[in-house]
Amino acid sequence: MSSAAVLEKPPVTAPAPLPPSLPGRPTAGAAAPITLRVDRLNLSYGTKQALFDVSLDIIERKVTAFIGPSGCGKSTLLRCFNRMNDLVDGVRLDGRVLLGGQDIFAPAVDVIELRKRVGMVFQKSNPFPKSIYENVAYGLRIAGVTSKSQLDEVVERSLQRAALWDEAKDRLHDSALGLSGGQQQRLCIARAIAVEPEVILMDEPCSALDPIATAKIEELIVTLREQFTIVIVTHNMQQAARVSDRTAFFYLGKLIEYADTGDIFTRPANPQTEAYVSGRFG
Amino acid sequence: MSESHLTQSTNPGTRLRQIFRRGDHLLWMSGGAMGLAMLLIAGLLGLVFVSGFTYFWPHEVTAADRADGTKLLGRITDQQPGHRDAGGQVIKTAQIQFRIGNRELYGFDFVWVPTAELGNFRTLPDVVQLERQEYGDFLGFLKRVESADGARVEGPAGWDLLLSRQPVARELAARASRLQRDDIGAVNYQIQKAKLRLTVAQRRAGPNGRVPSELQGAVDAELSRLNADYERLRAESAALLKQATAWQAVFTTIDGQEKKVPLASIVRAFRPNAMTVTEKVRHYLSRAAEFVYGEPRESNTEGGVFPAIFGTVMMTILMSLVVTPFGIVAAFYLREYAKQGPVVRIVRIAINNLAGVPSIVFGVFGLGFFVYFIGGGIDRMFFPEMLPTPTFGTGGILWASLTLALLTVPVVIVATEESIAAVPRGAREGSLALGASKFQTILKIVLPASVPGILTGVILAMARGAGEVAPLMITGVVKLAPEMPFDAHFPFLHLDRKFMHLGFHIYDVGFQSPNIEAAKPMVFTTTLLLIGIVILLNLAAIRLRDRIRKKYQTGVF
Repeated sequence: MSSAAVLEKPPVTAPAPLPPSLPGRPTAGAAAPITLRVDRLNLSYGTKQALFDVSLDIIERKVTAFIGPSGCGKSTLLRCFNRMNDLVDGVRLDGRVLLGGQDIFAPAVDVIELRKRVGMVFQKSNPFPKSIYENVAYGLRIAGVTSKSQLDEVVERSLQRAALWDEAKDRLHDSALGLSGGQQQRLCIARAIAVEPEVILMDEPCSALDPIATAKIEELIVTLREQFTIVIVTHNMQQAARVSDRTAFFYLGKLIEYADTGDIFTRPANPQTEAYVSGRFG
Repeated sequence: MSESHLTQSTNPGTRLRQIFRRGDHLLWMSGGAMGLAMLLIAGLLGLVFVSGFTYFWPHEVTAADRADGTKLLGRITDQQPGHRDAGGQVIKTAQIQFRIGNRELYGFDFVWVPTAELGNFRTLPDVVQLERQEYGDFLGFLKRVESADGARVEGPAGWDLLLSRQPVARELAARASRLQRDDIGAVNYQIQKAKLRLTVAQRRAGPNGRVPSELQGAVDAELSRLNADYERLRAESAALLKQATAWQAVFTTIDGQEKKVPLASIVRAFRPNAMTVTEKVRHYLSRAAEFVYGEPRESNTEGGVFPAIFGTVMMTILMSLVVTPFGIVAAFYLREYAKQGPVVRIVRIAINNLAGVPSIVFGVFGLGFFVYFIGGGIDRMFFPEMLPTPTFGTGGILWASLTLALLTVPVVIVATEESIAAVPRGAREGSLALGASKFQTILKIVLPASVPGILTGVILAMARGAGEVAPLMITGVVKLAPEMPFDAHFPFLHLDRKFMHLGFHIYDVGFQSPNIEAAKPMVFTTTLLLIGIVILLNLAAIRLRDRIRKKYQTGVF
């Protein structure tokens, strides 16, 4: 009974076969369900093209890492998945991104519904200048949840899942801006998972953090993989190697290679990939 | 080269170059400009403070003899030194200014007397100064106090009697005037309303129709009852007044004239040369309190400014209530929704330039648009029975507030736009990424974060609006408002009424009063009060801003 404007949950039926042009090699579990499918996506800012004919599949409940030198289009692609690029003037794109089989760029799609299903954590932690509690409850409040007990429950569960509960439970009503950088970033993760998205996009979530905070976030990513599909953009190749199951290497707006992380780092098929992961350029 | 490069050069040319390179000259210049600005502001405030604060202090009164044998009694208010040219010829004689008071006897408050003509300066302890209901101050000596039934008391006993009877007489007179203003005023109001009912019925019936007889009868009965009330109250008030004026004091001036003053018309009687410091302080406080809480007397040059304080505060608050939402909504549209392009840029430039339009032009616009067009329209639609007497179609506190709101809206728009732009992009994106709509993001993230900046704009707008006079003069401010815009008659808040304003009061007392020289200190005191009120209003807004800032950091929004 839902209208076309609301995205459907992914159908149980098997996904359409991969287009033959995909540069990826099949993963270990080739029949793994696909959450997001990018199909020949081209994107340009004004006259400058940022993505060239990118196609790839994001597999459900896996961590997919996008790596590549600055300006290679990996963040741009990530921001297509929840249509944050809509906020930028002069963006043109063609091609499709399918979430559960439905094109998210279709005119009938409700962006707000899409963003509830595809959460995002930003490079610079951006907690709202409200209390810790209100930060986590924000997504539910704007969706119209008013029940105090329900909010309490979700806030506690989300903070626990984001490994922040023990540090924050005594100061839930203090300002979130009083947290340390790493705690703020985990709060942003808690805020994102509070609305139960299917996919969490992470745009260089650790680039502003110290090694200890980074290690905590990485640990968190590994545990969150059990419930969420995670796409992470990172500059840090060790990080990609540590946390991800699949890795996509981008260069100058093109997807160069997409495979299991182990393969990308140990036996890359493409010489460019090999040069990049071995630190010879980038 | 043996000299180390780390030590400063002793060559003056090199040192000068170094000074210029470091920018020391610019630092000194900007520091000097800042210092000059501070000095000017401090000087202005200092002048206002000194002149404003000393107004109520009882000053010594000096008696002197003139060369022609006449005597002079008054307070020395100014002195001018004489000048001679190189040949010893007098160009300008030295002069002393006396404030002699007794305006009804001498015709003026102040005299300039050549210093050479004066001699035998003395301070007489028994000089009496009266602050009176009319004619300004009186200076003289008490002869006796007498009552209507022939009782006479002289000497020190007379002074004591004067001091003890005067408050009683004042109270009686005040009761009489209250009776006149409040009770008789209420009766008049009801009479007016009853008559209006008749007019409305007449109008409804048409030119040839007749008013229904039962209505005519009811109104007649009510009118006769009200008229009886009116007569009774008037008699009561006249009796009170008679009682109040039963006692009067007889004074002699220094040149021997005799003057009778009813005790009820004496506001304060004191002997300035015989007062102790404690008495002077008490006198000062009593006058200062009257100034703040009292009604004006003597065409505003004496008494209090309470109606003007009230009008200023109420107008400023009304203005803020209008300008804040209006400015915020306009700024949010401009910044968040309008498509940024040449049109928006032109609109923005136009808004900024509005601040440069002379305020009197806003006044003229307010008169034409608010008063005549909207006010006149309201009158024709809702108050046709009152025409041709306008209700809203004339200047009033509402129209003045709206005009000032228009004048100050650019300040709020600019401040709001700037504080919206300062909200970090991350906060917006974070909200949008959680599935909030643009409207929800604005309402829950952007607006609360920009509230402190918006309130700063409102504070600036309030300060600007509270000090503005020119547009008010043609949209509703009057020299003396018979009624306050807020009183006990339904609907309590009378937005159509004219009002008094401290800024206009300063202009009126300082430049339009019949006795400018005597009113000069009053101008300073009123200025001081206006500055104080603006500061108070600002402090209130700053407190509000800090509280909101704190709440927004932690609380639920």
